[in-house]
Amino acid sequence: MSGNGTERFVTTLGEIPAGEGRTFEIDGKRVAIFHTRAGEVFAIDAMCPHRGGPMADGLVGDATVLCPLHAWKFDLRTGNAITGLCSINAYPTRLDDKNHILLKI
Amino acid sequence: MTKQKLVVVGNGMAGARAVEEILARGGAEQFDITMFGDEPYGNYNRILLSNVLNGSQNEEEIFLNPLSWYRENNIKLHAGVRVERIVRTSRHVVGNGVVEPYDKAIIATGSRSYLPPVRGLHRSDGSLKPGVFVFRSLDDCRAIAGYAEGRARAVVIGGGLLGLEAARGLQNFGLRVEVVHRGSHLMGQQLDGVAGSILKNTMHAMDVAVHLRKNTEAVLGEDHVTGISFSDGTALDCDMVVIATGISPNVEVAVRSGLTVERAIVADDHMRSPDDPNIFVVGECAQHRGMSYGLVAPLWEQAKVLADHITGANTANAYRGSKVSTKLKVMGVELASMGVTEPEDERDEIIQFTEPKKGVYKKLIVRDGRLIGAILLGDISKAAYLTQAFDRNTPLPEDRLALLFDLGTPSKRVTMDEMPLDTQVCNCNGVSKGALMACVKSGRRTTKAVMDATRAGLGCGSCKGLVEEVIQWAAGGHLEEDPSVHYYVPGVPLNKTDLIRACREQNLKSVSSVFKALAGGKEDAGSKPGLASLLSIIWAGEYEEERDARFINERVHANIQRDGTFSVIPQMAGGVTSPAQLRRIADVAEKYHVPLVKLTGGQRIDLVGVKKDDLPKMWQDLGMPSGHAYGKSYRTCKSCIGTDYCRYGVGDSIALAVRIETYLKGIDSPHKLKMATAGCPRNCSEAMVKDFGAVAVEGGRWELYIGGAAGAHVRKGDILCTVDSPDAVMTYLSRFVQYYRENAKYLERTYSFVERVGLEKIRAIVVDDSEGIAAQLEANLLSSTTAYKDPWKAALTSQVPNEFSSLLRVIQ
Repeated sequence: MSGNGTERFVTTLGEIPAGEGRTFEIDGKRVAIFHTRAGEVFAIDAMCPHRGGPMADGLVGDATVLCPLHAWKFDLRTGNAITGLCSINAYPTRLDDKNHILLKI
Repeated sequence: MTKQKLVVVGNGMAGARAVEEILARGGAEQFDITMFGDEPYGNYNRILLSNVLNGSQNEEEIFLNPLSWYRENNIKLHAGVRVERIVRTSRHVVGNGVVEPYDKAIIATGSRSYLPPVRGLHRSDGSLKPGVFVFRSLDDCRAIAGYAEGRARAVVIGGGLLGLEAARGLQNFGLRVEVVHRGSHLMGQQLDGVAGSILKNTMHAMDVAVHLRKNTEAVLGEDHVTGISFSDGTALDCDMVVIATGISPNVEVAVRSGLTVERAIVADDHMRSPDDPNIFVVGECAQHRGMSYGLVAPLWEQAKVLADHITGANTANAYRGSKVSTKLKVMGVELASMGVTEPEDERDEIIQFTEPKKGVYKKLIVRDGRLIGAILLGDISKAAYLTQAFDRNTPLPEDRLALLFDLGTPSKRVTMDEMPLDTQVCNCNGVSKGALMACVKSGRRTTKAVMDATRAGLGCGSCKGLVEEVIQWAAGGHLEEDPSVHYYVPGVPLNKTDLIRACREQNLKSVSSVFKALAGGKEDAGSKPGLASLLSIIWAGEYEEERDARFINERVHANIQRDGTFSVIPQMAGGVTSPAQLRRIADVAEKYHVPLVKLTGGQRIDLVGVKKDDLPKMWQDLGMPSGHAYGKSYRTCKSCIGTDYCRYGVGDSIALAVRIETYLKGIDSPHKLKMATAGCPRNCSEAMVKDFGAVAVEGGRWELYIGGAAGAHVRKGDILCTVDSPDAVMTYLSRFVQYYRENAKYLERTYSFVERVGLEKIRAIVVDDSEGIAAQLEANLLSSTTAYKDPWKAALTSQVPNEFSSLLRVIQ
């Protein structure tokens, strides 16, 4: 898990439909943020380390995501590869009581 | 928990295998294990004794479980102790001064050589006359080798598999070997008369004389063997005799213990004695549903079932008997045999090829399109395929010749052993044979686990068969089956039929509700699109769409490209367009700076390299419906010029293609559906290699083809039927498409589906309505097509937040 910086507000939960992800640009860095059906939020690098696939377009199941290009599978909590050969950066993310998504990067 | 005591009577291949299977199910936690073995060794591979006899392997090489294995697994072994009986009242196993208490016992006493009623076999003290041998154990093997030294002539009694192997072994000692056999041809269990005589000729060429229809009456010689005599009055001189006339099961322990014994020890479908729930029986000594087996494959299957029950790992498992097939090398001749050797019924069909000079013979016996028996001698290149078809009872292809030969293949495929390590097996993901082997070696034990880890076979999927073969070869028969291969999607433990039933019964109309109700709330990303497809097929208009369950292509109604951009392909039914349409497409392409405009293989125009954000605007400007060139759904129907202008056309292929597309556009299906119509048999639109094709023939008729393919896999479609009107085309097309939608596995193209289900069955259902479901199929398809809405139009009013935004800014 990367990200020791200060926590910052990114967006509100309603901007990302449940079960999907969206790509955000934060200080020039692109991050894919996911809102799972269980109501959790996660953030990883926007591009797949394999061939640069847009991770936010991937299928989400519990706390995992599949890259849309070649189906590499990552654990959203840690960024660890589940299938595929290397991991992806994950960033500490949480939801506050106003349903704001907060991210440390 | 205190451990139970498990005592295994018999330390041969069956007993040791059963123990291995028990240990693999965590049995070491449940049981203290004790084994009794008649022989003073660990467990060895009895099948390989003939190799020891002929010198191609030494004794050490054939051991499966050396004595150290027993120590490592804390198994107490009484080697060289013969069990006398099992005292069931007090639960003790008694043998040769050793008494062991048990909670559960396994009888795996195997079998011994059957001795025919021949005079002069024994000396007066009951022991075999010097020079007479059986061929069953390592000790037999040593004794034969010791006696053969310096002798001149040997006779083998019995022309079955074991006899021929013994003959081969004896030749190595420089003896002149003859085989005498009671039957009319060699290897009566595996071969028919023709194959038997070809084998006999091959053996003569190798200097082994074969005497058929010889009933041995006596072994001659006072204190050692000097010859044998036959019931027809003739005799043969020899120095030694090896008896290989079959086996008889060792049932004495069971008889003394009061268990039911018929031809062998009776066992039920759990491999348990019907007389005592604490006693199991496995291997050659077991009789299950009237059958006992002398080959290893059934024994492996029995050992698994036994282990499942004794450990409680899977008490639903049952042994239902084995289909017996063998593949072996006799006297250097390759041979494969399965099932029956002769037709048994007048509807049985025989397919046969003989080339006696080369020693090649192939014979298949087919009943109702399925293989019930086969003999392959001299050339067993098709054995793997046929064995699979026999074991799984799958329908055979119409082209019977292809069952016997690999026709038209450019080069003979190398065997697994010959394939170089760096051969790329999966061409999409670049996985080599060596990488697959390394993965198996690292401990992955199912095909799916190896494929997941290496990604082999997970690209276009066309190499899957070869990937499985390599994995199986690398695992050397130690592969386990992942139960999820039978599931419709890996994340829900049900096959398609059961899943459909559960969804209907529990009224599950959305993907998330299926995970909640049928998968314990566990959501599997990769299973979502398959479930979405299925629910849309079974619920049609009532299906509750959830966007996150769809692959990105179906979320944004466009095909994702390698750089994350998309392609836009408007509908162009039958490949027909107009100047006005082309002008509009050109304008849109310019306005949105589309980097590539390309004609597709499906007779449409592809605007490639479009940013996600531009998609809705482009659709609006185009004013054309989606061409669905992105989904696991009906894709397109190509056509040729047809009758209006072509001077050869005999059927209006354009009108039919437009009609098909208008009806089927956008419906979900297990995989892509690509179609074509051709106005004459010149078939310019390639309708014979499509999932569905209609080819016009003279007289206003259409030939309908199904299951064709010309992509990653090439297959000529099978003729379903010939009909006499476009209306009839639509009827059979509807039934076939809906039958495929309801019964195919997810991501199973029609070319696999048609082969798996069988053309005959599909034709019966679709054309003859043999199951009385034709009207229902048509109605089900109609409700799907009626529920159709153009997704491009619908997206313009969509309320999904940021649906087409490729990048969002942080709220400041």
